[in-house]
Amino acid sequence: MSLTRQSFLRLSGLSFVAACARKLRSAVAPARWGMVVDVAQCLKQPNCTKCIAACNQAHNIPSIPDPRREVRWIWKDSFQHGFGIEDDYAQISAAPLMLLCNHCDNPPCVRVCPTQATWKREDGIVAMDWHRCIGCRYCMAACPYGSRSFNWMDPRPYIRTVNPEFPTRTKGVVEKCNLCSERLVAGQPPACVEACPEKALVFGNLADPHSAIRELLRTRRAVRRKPELGTRPQVFYIV
Amino acid sequence: MRDRAIIWSGLAMFLLFATFPFWHNLSAAVTSKGPNPVLPANARQCVAPVEYMKTSHMTLLLDWREQVVRQGRREFTAFNGQRYNMSLTSTCLEQCHSSGKAQFCDRCHDYAAASVPCWDCHVDFKSTLRSAK
Amino acid sequence: MFMFEKALTGSRGYRLWILGLLLLITAGLACYLLQLRYGLAITGMSRDVSWGLYIAQFTFLVGVAASAVMVVLPYYLHHFQEFARITILGEFLAVASVTMCMLFIFVDMGQPARVFNVLLYPTPHSLMFWDMISLGGYLVLNAVIALVTLRTEREGVPPPGWIRPIILLSMPWAVSIHTVTAFLYCGLPGRPLWLTAILAPRFLASAFAAGPALLILLCMLVGRLTKSPPGRGALRKLGLIVTYAMVINVFFVLMELFTAFYSAIPEDEQPLRYLFTGLQGHRPLVPWMWISMALAAASLVLLIVPRWRQDDKLLAMACGMVFFSLWIDKGIGLIVAAFVPSPLGAVTAYAPSLPEVLISLGIWAIGAFILTLLYKIALSVRGDSLFAPDVALVEVAK
Repeated sequence: MSLTRQSFLRLSGLSFVAACARKLRSAVAPARWGMVVDVAQCLKQPNCTKCIAACNQAHNIPSIPDPRREVRWIWKDSFQHGFGIEDDYAQISAAPLMLLCNHCDNPPCVRVCPTQATWKREDGIVAMDWHRCIGCRYCMAACPYGSRSFNWMDPRPYIRTVNPEFPTRTKGVVEKCNLCSERLVAGQPPACVEACPEKALVFGNLADPHSAIRELLRTRRAVRRKPELGTRPQVFYIV
Repeated sequence: MRDRAIIWSGLAMFLLFATFPFWHNLSAAVTSKGPNPVLPANARQCVAPVEYMKTSHMTLLLDWREQVVRQGRREFTAFNGQRYNMSLTSTCLEQCHSSGKAQFCDRCHDYAAASVPCWDCHVDFKSTLRSAK
Repeated sequence: MFMFEKALTGSRGYRLWILGLLLLITAGLACYLLQLRYGLAITGMSRDVSWGLYIAQFTFLVGVAASAVMVVLPYYLHHFQEFARITILGEFLAVASVTMCMLFIFVDMGQPARVFNVLLYPTPHSLMFWDMISLGGYLVLNAVIALVTLRTEREGVPPPGWIRPIILLSMPWAVSIHTVTAFLYCGLPGRPLWLTAILAPRFLASAFAAGPALLILLCMLVGRLTKSPPGRGALRKLGLIVTYAMVINVFFVLMELFTAFYSAIPEDEQPLRYLFTGLQGHRPLVPWMWISMALAAASLVLLIVPRWRQDDKLLAMACGMVFFSLWIDKGIGLIVAAFVPSPLGAVTAYAPSLPEVLISLGIWAIGAFILTLLYKIALSVRGDSLFAPDVALVEVAK
């Protein structure tokens, strides 16, 4: 096939336009928010709970003494519980691990919710509409990570200091981490990320190949919780 | 004819039951005086004309809720071009109705016997903050 | 309308029974108001075991409701005449059970005032949505069928032509309600006890054992109360259905046990260990499950030997065992144990609280109340001898 000058010019013009269009689209394309937990970095201060405190304060999370009625958005458990790995010899099994909603790319909680009170936003955040939740707790049965809490009673008496910028919840609805969507619109990072003294929590746009979080995932070995379930968590752990 | 007593007492009970709201209001000392909500001291214009707000503020708030929670949009452009952050606590209460929901919302809602669940979650500086431990 | 006036009069015993049920219902209602006020914190459920007695009762009763098909199908499809008189009892049992199912779902809601959000925002990818539709549809189908056939019987006219397609529709519909209910559970990742393709078949098998077993007991009871014994042939046939269904159910359970324990995959084993031996020192369900197993085994012995099965007393005993055994299995164990251990490996004990038990009892009482009224209506229409024409019919058939 011979290429005439005319068709060469036409082709290169077309490809230029196509390249521009692609560039433009990726610039306005919705972000895909995700998080990386650098476990080793986090372990530098094993007794630190600053991220939990910041989250609890920002979102009016009650401190309920009865563990059966507890509400948690980000919390600490052992590595072994978080990953379900029984390794008798590794030191890491007993190490504390920060756990939160994974904002799965294929979230079972969204699949089962009968009212779309929980749904996946375009930017990947698995959001909740507390006005719509009927409190059936089907999402809690569906979540394979134990990331959801239910308001077994009115949480207000258990909130130490109320943050007026964020609503409290009413009894009878399910809640979980919202990846600080209310802070993201104001251009701020999630409260836990901001509060971490060791910068162990890295938040960013997974859709942007040049973002710091993508760089981290490219260069370090990261794992996700229960990948075999096909939920595709967007929270990664660097071990 | 033997049933006369039963019929009459039944009718009397029905009458009593049907007129119950009147007796209840009388005993609860409800007056015909208006709700008299406390209006903002320094703000002159609401996010929509007063007449619209009086009849349809609930529709507007539901629309705000839909926009903020489900669409992720937070800015509201009012009929007069003024822009607002769609927030019950930060805009409605903090910016204008600073006397709190008890002085404004509750006045009419109590008068109309409307119970709204908004404040179960949304924070009213005046009452919620005090009641929380 | 719908002959409800028939239910308003009755003997002293009838009135006492109704009064007792109303008392139970009132107690349940009072507890429910408490729950409405304070939230579900008054139950024994927790962050880890987020479904409990309510959802378990719902699951069990869907089975009882679905089992109506076991009398409807032989009668309408195979013209098994001995079921002519008890078909309506099966349908009324379905009506009462489905009503209980809906109530159990309702009391489990954290925000019951918003329950219609399910219809306001229909969500086909949620099995809960389909369950609501299938249960509602089944209730309407059975209520219409039972009341229409009863009315035509009272007026001595042939049933209207449109009722037959509805009856035919009710048969696959019965299977669907329990299949959808099983899908509710078996489609969830991370709950290994439920994540098994055999859950729906197992649900159906246990339903077709527990439902007809209850129906046999009810027929015997009504027969004794009205001094007109139910047709022997009908009961024997029902007994046979219970036998087959129970055998299949136990077979399915054993298959589950084999797969979990022989593969020795911890997450498959653990919920079953929690049920049968206890986990990390927690053994609240262990005695229950072994009672269930023992009852199942004993009932099978009574049912499989024809001579014993055909003895009314032994059949009644076997049916009671089947019902109670399956109630433990489905109405307690299957739901609660799926939450143990939690996704984070925690073993949280669950025991229903007193208000929770009273609310559940109240709903059972509502079911018994509805069932009593409906049976009373059927009884009145048939001149106080529910089964007598049945015997005559059998005689004629001979």
